[in-house]
This record gives sequence, C-alpha cells and structure tokens, in this order.
Amino acid sequence: MELFNSESKKIISDPINVNNPISLQVLGICSALAVTIRLDQAIIMTLAVIFVLCSSNVILSLIREYIPARVRIVIMLSVIASLVSVVDELLKAYLYDMSKQLSVFVGLIITNCIIMGRAEAFALKNSPSKAFLDGLGNGFGYGLIIIIVSFFRELFGAGTITLPDGGAGYVLWSIPESWYAAGYENIGLLVLSPGAFIILGLVIWAQREMAGIEEEA
Amino acid sequence: MNFLRKIFAESGKLVEKGKPLSWAYPVWEAADTIFFSTNKQTSNGPHIRDNMDIKRTMFFVVIALIPCYIFGAYNIGYLNSLALDIERSLLANTLFGLTYVLPILIITFIAGAICELTFAIIRKHEVNEGFLVSCALIPLTMPPDVPLWQVFMGTSFGIIIGKEIFGGVGTNVFNPALTARAFMYFAFPTKISGDKVWAVGPDGYSGATALAIPANPVEYDTASNLFAASTQFDFSLMNMFLGLIPGSIGETNKLLIIGGALFLIYCGIASWRIIASSIIGLVCTAFLFNLLSGFSTNAMLTITPLQHLLIGSFLFGTVFMATEPVTSSHTNTGRWIYGFLIGVLTVIIRSINPAYPEGVMLAILIMNMFAPLIDYYVIQSNIKMRLARNV
Repeated sequence: MELFNSESKKIISDPINVNNPISLQVLGICSALAVTIRLDQAIIMTLAVIFVLCSSNVILSLIREYIPARVRIVIMLSVIASLVSVVDELLKAYLYDMSKQLSVFVGLIITNCIIMGRAEAFALKNSPSKAFLDGLGNGFGYGLIIIIVSFFRELFGAGTITLPDGGAGYVLWSIPESWYAAGYENIGLLVLSPGAFIILGLVIWAQREMAGIEEEA
Repeated sequence: MNFLRKIFAESGKLVEKGKPLSWAYPVWEAADTIFFSTNKQTSNGPHIRDNMDIKRTMFFVVIALIPCYIFGAYNIGYLNSLALDIERSLLANTLFGLTYVLPILIITFIAGAICELTFAIIRKHEVNEGFLVSCALIPLTMPPDVPLWQVFMGTSFGIIIGKEIFGGVGTNVFNPALTARAFMYFAFPTKISGDKVWAVGPDGYSGATALAIPANPVEYDTASNLFAASTQFDFSLMNMFLGLIPGSIGETNKLLIIGGALFLIYCGIASWRIIASSIIGLVCTAFLFNLLSGFSTNAMLTITPLQHLLIGSFLFGTVFMATEPVTSSHTNTGRWIYGFLIGVLTVIIRSINPAYPEGVMLAILIMNMFAPLIDYYVIQSNIKMRLARNV
C-alpha cells in the first residue's frame, strides 16, 4: 500500500476536519475541558493522546485476528492502560512539573472515549498501517481543538501564552502591565469550566459552519 | 409624513431583491417600520385586529423603563454629592448622573445593533426589535462606573449567546439582558460586585448595597438593627422604597418600578400572575427563614419579607425580566409555578449562599431554563384530566 494515496489521506484528514472527534462526534469532552486552562498543558496532553492513540491502534490492529469478540473490551482496556502507564511514567521522569499539573488527567486518558472509540470502530477492522494513520488523524483532530480552546482560555482568562519546556512552562507572551493600567481586565470566567464550555461551543459552531455541516433539528 | 414616506419608498427600491444593495434590506425594513406600520397582510385567518405587533409591544416596555433611567441618573448624582459632602440641585444631580448613564446606554445599543444587524444580514431575515428591549434593560442592571468595553462585551454576549444562537427573538431560552449581566458578573467580578462599584465617589470610595450589610456583618445582629446602625446611608424602609441607596442604575426606586408594572399589566404585556406569584414565593420563603433564624448566626435569615421586597433588585427583576413573554412559562398555571419558584430561589440564593448577596438574576435564569418543562407538565396534566373526565 502506498503511504499517501487518496484513501490514507482521507483517513488522516477526515478526523481533523469534517469528522473531528471533539467538535463533530463530541467525544473526549471531559479532558478537553479539564486540561485547556493553559496552552502548554494542552500541547503535552495532545502529544500524550497521540502517542497512546497511535500505539493502541497499531497494537490492537496487529492482534485483531486473535481477540475473541466477547472479551475484546477487556483486552482493549489492558492495552490502553499499559500505554497510559508508560506515558505517565515518562512524564514523571522527564517533565515532572507538567505531570504534577496534569495530575489525574494523564491517567484518565484511559477513559477518553476517543481512544476506546477508535479501537472499537477502526483498529479492530483494519490493517495496522491504516490504524496508525487513523490514530494520527484523530490525535491531531483532538489536539487541534484543545489547542485552540486552551489558547483562547489562557490568553483571555489569564493573560499569558505559555509554551511547554522542561520546567513550569515558558511564557511566550503576556499582556503588558500598561494594558492593565489602561483598564484592561482578564475574563475570570474563562478560567472556570463554564468558560471552557463556552469557548468549545464557539469553536464547534465555527467549525461546523466552515465544514458546512448542519444537524437535523 | 409624505416626505418621509417618499424617502422610504425611494430607498426601498434600492434594496429590492436582485439589486446590488439587497443585502441591506433588513436595515431598511427596520428603519421603515419604526415610522410606518407594515403593509404586509396575512392573506388567510386568523387575523389580528389591532396594531399591537412586536414592535409596539417592545416600545411600551421601553416607555415603562424611561422613569427608571431618569431616577437612576438622579440617584448617581445624589449619592455622589453625599460622597463628596456637597449640596447640588436636583437638576445638577441628574445631569451628573446622565454623564454616566448615557455612555453605557449608547454603547449597549451600538453593540446590540451590530450583533442584530450582522445576524439579520447573514441569515437574511428582518431585524427583530427584541434587541431594543434587551439593550434598554442592560444599562439598568449595571453599576454606574462599569467600564464601557465590558458593557460592549457583555451586550454582545447576551445578544449572540443568549438569543441569536437559539434562532433569534421568540426562540431563545434565556433572557438576553440577564445573560449579558450574568456573563459580566462572572467574567469581571471586580467591576460588578463588591462595595466599590455602586456609587460614584472619589478614588477608593466604597458604598455597600443594602444586601451586603447583613451579608457581611461585623458582629451578628438582626438585619433591621444592622440597617439602623449603618451610618453611611439611610437604610430606612422609606428610603429604600424611594431608592436613594446604592445599587444598579435602574433597580433602586421601587415606586417607579411598581408604576411601570401597573402600566405593563394594564397594557396586557406583563403577566400579573408571574409578578404576584413571585412576590408570594419571596414572602413565604422569607417568613420561613425568619422563623428559622434563631438556629443560625446568619444575619441574612433575619431580613423581613418587606425588607426583602424593598432591597436589592427583586422587584425590577420580577417586573421587567421574569415576565419576558418568550422565556417565561406560557400556560397560566405554569406562570404561577414559575413565578413562585423565582421568589423562593431568590431568597434562598440571597440568604444561604455566602458568595452572592443578590440572587434575582440567577433565580430568573434558572427558572428560564425550567419554564418549558413546567409548561410541558401543565399541559400533560391537563390532557390527563380531560381524558379522565370523558371516560
């Protein structure tokens, strides 16, 4: 199979755009709300999810012939859980501050509906290479949305833009003091979870509008 | 009049279908129907036999609000003269207050008009006048020195998220004016709550609202004693009734609000059932809390029902916000339940939640959400009753 024929392109681009796991399927919302307070958290979370999603898709696709249908959920869960443990340990070893900030949400990748959903809906029915591309596409689709959401939440809620580095995060830009002196104020609402809902709703609105998708009333 | 008619007829040709300017039709239509009633007629029944269309209805609400605006402006000036300890004439006080009220009003209308026109043009529908009432209500719920850019953001939020995404006037779930205020309340808490914002004075001047006094007492006492002990403002019942106390711009004078309520009820716009039942709900709950107040050191529980009616923005909220025809219950039984629960929730949020001394806004928004559910059950029970009768 050629790597970049039209079919595999579609596998990657669909979940980023017209079949986005967050904004169209509305899966994985819990983590999209929880880790989007700061941009650096969202970026690290995206990388973690992409890693888990691709690996679990490939592994499950490789052994799909040998999984009895009755116990597939248990097997999927054990594969995903081991991968998540690996990510958790890696973060603790190399990005300790970040793993403290993300705290329980790294562990909760196990319950992220996107990962189980893709394993069940795609990996168990397709070849490993396709499953890998599917994992990549969905990971990017997930990451795209939470990075957009966290960008706006951090910029307008806390007044900074933070990129990940080895420690507590590198502040790329923050709103200058003179703005605050002139009367500017951060929108406290955005740091709270209702703010995440509002921003996510607006992103979903914008994306559906661009993709031309309308829900039937 | 003929001159005006001519202008609109001429300009109307420019925005007809197929002309390059046809996107601007909603703007033309909105301006045209302010001056002339529409010549569009329903071709088959049922016919409405008077001119009370949505535009006139909204207009009556705006008329009822005008006295609140004028008094609000006067009150800003009056409290300012108290803060500076100077004597000023009634007119000077009002003019001083207008310099605060008018910018908020203008910004609100600009923001509202931009949002409404944008949506009208994109969605190709006529401009709906509902936004005028929302925009007329928003400044009255603001503290006088709220930053104008925050008013702009709040109004846009209220109009877009509160109304347009649900499909515009007539299909919204939440009252847009209260949505705007709720957004600002949680987004910019320092500028719309606390004790620094309700009266305009020198830098750092603070004037607590009546509700904040029993909410944060230095020492436990009954609310009446705390009000009497307050030396900064005169929190007597009469003064609270006449509104010479700090608060949002339009909410303080209860006399004018009662006048507005009577006017709206007389015109058949506001539902007296909602107003009456919310007052009953408030009085009952406040009375219950008074009975229980001996078991607690929460001074809010000792506020008497009459004080609950007079302090804060309860009357303003129930007359102008809760009765909004779209977001309230539509059945008469439903209206009684809806209003009653607004009254109950208001006292509960005021008294028991230490974070929010005022609860009217949240109570109305919560009940907005439940109004369709209440209607549904009222209708279902009615159907059941009639079926049972026919067996």
